[in-house]
Amino acid sequence: MTSPSHPLEPGSRLTRVGMRIALLSLVALAAIYYVAIWRTPTEASQGFAQKIFYLHVPAAWNALLVFSVVGIVSALYLWLKDARLDHFAAAAAEVGVVFSAVMLTTGPLWGKPVWGAWWQWDARLTLTLFLFFLYVGYLSLRSALHDPAERARFSAVVAILGLVLVPFVHLSVYLFRTIHPLPVVLKPSAPSLPGSMLEVLLFSLAVHTLLALGFIVARYGLLRNEAARIGDGNG
Amino acid sequence: MREAILAAFAIAGKDLRAELRSRTAIVSAMVFASLILVVFSFSRDPARLAPADLAPSALWITFAFAAMTALNRAFSVEREHAALDALLLAPIPRESIYLGKLLGNLAFVFAIEAVTLPLFAVFFNARIGASLGGLALTSVLATTGFVAVGTVFSAMTVRTRFAELMLPVLLLPFMIPPLIGAVQVTVRLFADRPLSEVVGWLRLLAVYDVVFVTLSLVVFPSVVDE
Repeated sequence: MTSPSHPLEPGSRLTRVGMRIALLSLVALAAIYYVAIWRTPTEASQGFAQKIFYLHVPAAWNALLVFSVVGIVSALYLWLKDARLDHFAAAAAEVGVVFSAVMLTTGPLWGKPVWGAWWQWDARLTLTLFLFFLYVGYLSLRSALHDPAERARFSAVVAILGLVLVPFVHLSVYLFRTIHPLPVVLKPSAPSLPGSMLEVLLFSLAVHTLLALGFIVARYGLLRNEAARIGDGNG
Repeated sequence: MREAILAAFAIAGKDLRAELRSRTAIVSAMVFASLILVVFSFSRDPARLAPADLAPSALWITFAFAAMTALNRAFSVEREHAALDALLLAPIPRESIYLGKLLGNLAFVFAIEAVTLPLFAVFFNARIGASLGGLALTSVLATTGFVAVGTVFSAMTVRTRFAELMLPVLLLPFMIPPLIGAVQVTVRLFADRPLSEVVGWLRLLAVYDVVFVTLSLVVFPSVVDE
């Protein structure tokens, strides 16, 4: 995965690559926001508030994607016991928490004008809120443990149990009640979104995913450096 | 297989014997649960909210917090004098240790729930007589799920500096599905609704138990093995 340039800084190159990807994505995002705000049609019933959709949906998509990756990589760690998998899971969990924080702040900003309330105990809101709490817990458990191998095993266990928890939270909260807008893109029939809005959304999704990737690679490189400095063979 | 299960019962028996000899933890946990019920009775506007409206949630939040105190001590007792190392040296599978700890914790939590329930009936003026069977079934199904996960987590959090804080932070998200299900069933039981209305929730609770007990058995060796 890495081509170590210096024995004590095996991740420096990765961090530089990750930072470049992230910077590039940020520039592209500025363009996307410009197009989204001034060049896409305004939605008839929601008005200008709907514009947040181009940020909210990609953030939600990335949070869920990244947390799934953390769960899968953690399962692989327990199997292969390779420290790099643990570092990758930790880097991804941090980025996932950031994206879910964006999703959880942009959601209420839209909810206030459209639903008339900042927060609703709706199925998806609650699910993502608990995912956020779960991974904040995951990160605080990591920071409360000092032995690298122990930290890797324990956090992998939390991530695996968390991955399995997701469908249960979703089902139980869904049965409780739901008012979240239904899917407009990923659904059995064709997307019910006007062409120009759909294009901008899909482009925004792609760039946000690239941004997440850049952040993860950069953090992963830093964690590799840290581990090399304290001589963490880990496993 | 038979030996593994016998070993699990031996570990659960050891925990319960130790508990019954000192009785400190179980008595404090029961007093703690009763106090939560009292606090709940006062944390409402008596002119607007009848005790019965608050009853199901008060009952389940009390059970959840009481279970948390029980789980916090599950592995801390094994940490003293490195008792866990001795347990790990015993020629039994890791799964037996987990199962034994789970059974011991469940017995502890069920005991607290059994004592809290009559008190709850008195404080909240709830008619639990008619729905006692349903309540017992719901308690067993809901409690087993989160105690299964809590047993794994308590084995991890005893190794951290803030164990008493870390366990609830990790465990509360896992308590959400069982608590939502249990409260929904309890609301309907108290309202004398037919059993067919709660079967779906009970099934969800049962699936949760099966999934998380199995998964915990699989991951527990990774927690205790260096």
